[in-house]
Amino acid sequence: MNAARKLSCIVVLAVCALSLAANWLSPAGYAKQFREAPNAPASRQHLLGTDDVGRDRFARVLYGTRISLLLAPAAALVSTGLAALVGGLAGYLGGIWLRMARAFTDLFLSLPWLFLLITVRALMPLNVSPLVSVLITFFILGLLGWAASARVLSTSADNLRNCDFVLQARASGLHGPRLFLIHVLPNLKPVLYAQFWISIPVFILAEANLGILGLGVAEPLPSWGSLLRELEGLISFREQPWRLAPLILLIVVMTSFQLLLSDEEVAA
Amino acid sequence: MNMIGCRKSFRRILCFAIFLIILTSAAAFSQGGGELRFCLRSEPKTFDPLLVDDDSSLSIRYLTGGVLLRVNRHTQALEAELAESWKLSKDGKQITFKLRRGVMFSDGSSFSPEDVAFTIQRLMDPALHSSTGDAFRSGNGAVTTKIVAPDQITVIFPAPIAGLDRLFDQVAIMSAHSPRKEAAVLGPFMVAEYKAGSSVLLRRNPNYWKKDLQGRRLPYLDSIRLDIQSNRDVEMLRFKRGELDLINVIDSDYFDRLAAGSPGLAHDAGASLDSDFMWFNQVASAPIPEYKRVWFRDPNFRRAISQAINRADLSRVVFNGHAQPAVGPVSPANKFWFDDKLKAEPYRPDQALERLQADGFRRQNGTLFDRAGNTVEFSIVTNAGSKPRERMAVMVQEDLGKLGIKVNVVTLDFPSLIERISQKFNYEAAMLGFRNVDLDPNGQMNIWLSSAENHAWNPQQKSPETAWEAEIDRLMRIQASAVDPKKRKESFDRVQEIVSEQTPMIYLVNQNALSAISSAVEGANPGILSPQTFWNAERLTLIPGTRASR
Repeated sequence: MNAARKLSCIVVLAVCALSLAANWLSPAGYAKQFREAPNAPASRQHLLGTDDVGRDRFARVLYGTRISLLLAPAAALVSTGLAALVGGLAGYLGGIWLRMARAFTDLFLSLPWLFLLITVRALMPLNVSPLVSVLITFFILGLLGWAASARVLSTSADNLRNCDFVLQARASGLHGPRLFLIHVLPNLKPVLYAQFWISIPVFILAEANLGILGLGVAEPLPSWGSLLRELEGLISFREQPWRLAPLILLIVVMTSFQLLLSDEEVAA
Repeated sequence: MNMIGCRKSFRRILCFAIFLIILTSAAAFSQGGGELRFCLRSEPKTFDPLLVDDDSSLSIRYLTGGVLLRVNRHTQALEAELAESWKLSKDGKQITFKLRRGVMFSDGSSFSPEDVAFTIQRLMDPALHSSTGDAFRSGNGAVTTKIVAPDQITVIFPAPIAGLDRLFDQVAIMSAHSPRKEAAVLGPFMVAEYKAGSSVLLRRNPNYWKKDLQGRRLPYLDSIRLDIQSNRDVEMLRFKRGELDLINVIDSDYFDRLAAGSPGLAHDAGASLDSDFMWFNQVASAPIPEYKRVWFRDPNFRRAISQAINRADLSRVVFNGHAQPAVGPVSPANKFWFDDKLKAEPYRPDQALERLQADGFRRQNGTLFDRAGNTVEFSIVTNAGSKPRERMAVMVQEDLGKLGIKVNVVTLDFPSLIERISQKFNYEAAMLGFRNVDLDPNGQMNIWLSSAENHAWNPQQKSPETAWEAEIDRLMRIQASAVDPKKRKESFDRVQEIVSEQTPMIYLVNQNALSAISSAVEGANPGILSPQTFWNAERLTLIPGTRASR
């Protein structure tokens, strides 16, 4: 393991540990409103200042990290799993299956998701707890985010199908699901990992955008997405640099995730 | 020095004196001048003054249209404009105007009673679908006009109209004879150029009838450039660069940022007519659990919720102090119609809990339960994208949490929200705002009548479902048909008191009227009524050389 990967590993672990220790590090919690100090600057009481209604930003970053670091990868897992199923299988089977899968993913990518998401939100019950709303949000993102990855995976699987080692396995009498699971899927791993890591920041930002449609994480629960929305309309960074903390954390964590990828995964 | 030299010197002195006289006279006559610049936040939908329905077109109509009577945006009193005087008949069906003589349209044609008659007939033409005209429809039958003298005209309505004279503030008089109707105006400015999606240029009307105390013809400005700009960040940036002279309405965040750097440019005119409020769904057929409907229909429950909300905190935290705790349907800024016996509901969580306990609610382990043991939980829907309203909902969530009530805040896109609250009634509580431009309570008939579509908590009732709604219906009809302002005020005061007792709407705050005016603009006196900053545009002047980056 090289130094950069070691450092990335430490960073990710440290961020995870901090978010898990949120209850001890910030006992007031993410929802407590210090109304006498809205938009307060960074201080000993509030390490990253307070937000518009006086909630401690440090606490919200910690709790938001816990939610985003848990649920964005979960959504990425769902979408990558679906992509592997649709794209990987179609590529492995080839022929009409591959053409059908590509047509289907193209159709899926061309749908106006914004309007569909608005419809989904309109159909959802109103009285759901913030935790359930966040689970629903990331689950929907996971369900909808597979198509682009499926296209990449179908091409990779299609290439693998005609590789020598697959042909040799076939000649040895291996076929069907066993061939796919033993020879094709392990060779798709670098592409799958790459798609998985790429999806995480995409889902975090998508959740932030969905907040504008009312589909994001419900108040008072924080997430990186809702914390990034605070940057809307921020004209001068110099005046309130502490407001950039969620953005910096997002960049650091995502960079660390990227550095954790092996050379093989990067190449994929 | 010989005689010739003396003559030469004398000529030189004379020439210099004449030059000085010309220079000073020119300076005196050119006082003002220049181009005022500000933004419209959307494309004007029409330049026809009788079809105006959107904010941008309203601004243009205000600057270009001449009206018979004008509500003074500062004193809120009605003042004579194109009409020298006016008289209302005792039955409230007729109004007679004595018109100002010698007034000319911008195209040079004379203003006469025929123009007033033409405007009224066109305004009331059902085929025109004028929303301005709708306010004048009082009953079956046509609106007629009668020219009673060369400078007098009477407008006759089929039924009495309450507050009739004030409605003429919205009616820009059009020319009966000019071939280019929209181009012939009686206001201080006229439309000179329109670039779709970019700007509207207004030039001074050389025939405008008003003069200042020194006898100089108004307006002072040569032109007004209205840039079409919907992005408020860009608008503020341009104002700070000195490219714009005023911003008519700004929100509290921008206001504070501006005030921090340039305190003289940010103007807070105090509480406006706008209000933010929430209400509970009381529709009998709404798809909500029956036990929740029982809570929402209980005035004690609604009053307790109202008492548990800290309005002072909402004003201070969400609007940085640029809002006032709301009292009721009428803002205290509405000098005549506000019932000054009423006060804003004070923050009393203890009293709210006692009120709920008297109704059988009980608090256990920090959670409130009703008499049947149901957890008290409901959702508040509001429109996504409105930061102040989202913040208010979060604060209400915490306030009610102290009573043990669980509130779920749901932000929805505007069309979905409107569909839920006005068609499907699939919601529990909603939080919205009311942008009020009309001082008269007749503008609120579509809210308070139980049969009205905008009777938010329980619209389109075939007959009033509660005694107090029946009483509000009766009082609103009385005030709408009475001509005597005192009698109207008595009726509407009682409506405000019933609303305060029954709390069908929980009024939260009245936002302040905030605006930004450059130091280059002289004569501005921002008020709370629209248009806040340029209501006296004809008297605004620009100080030369003061436009600079702020």
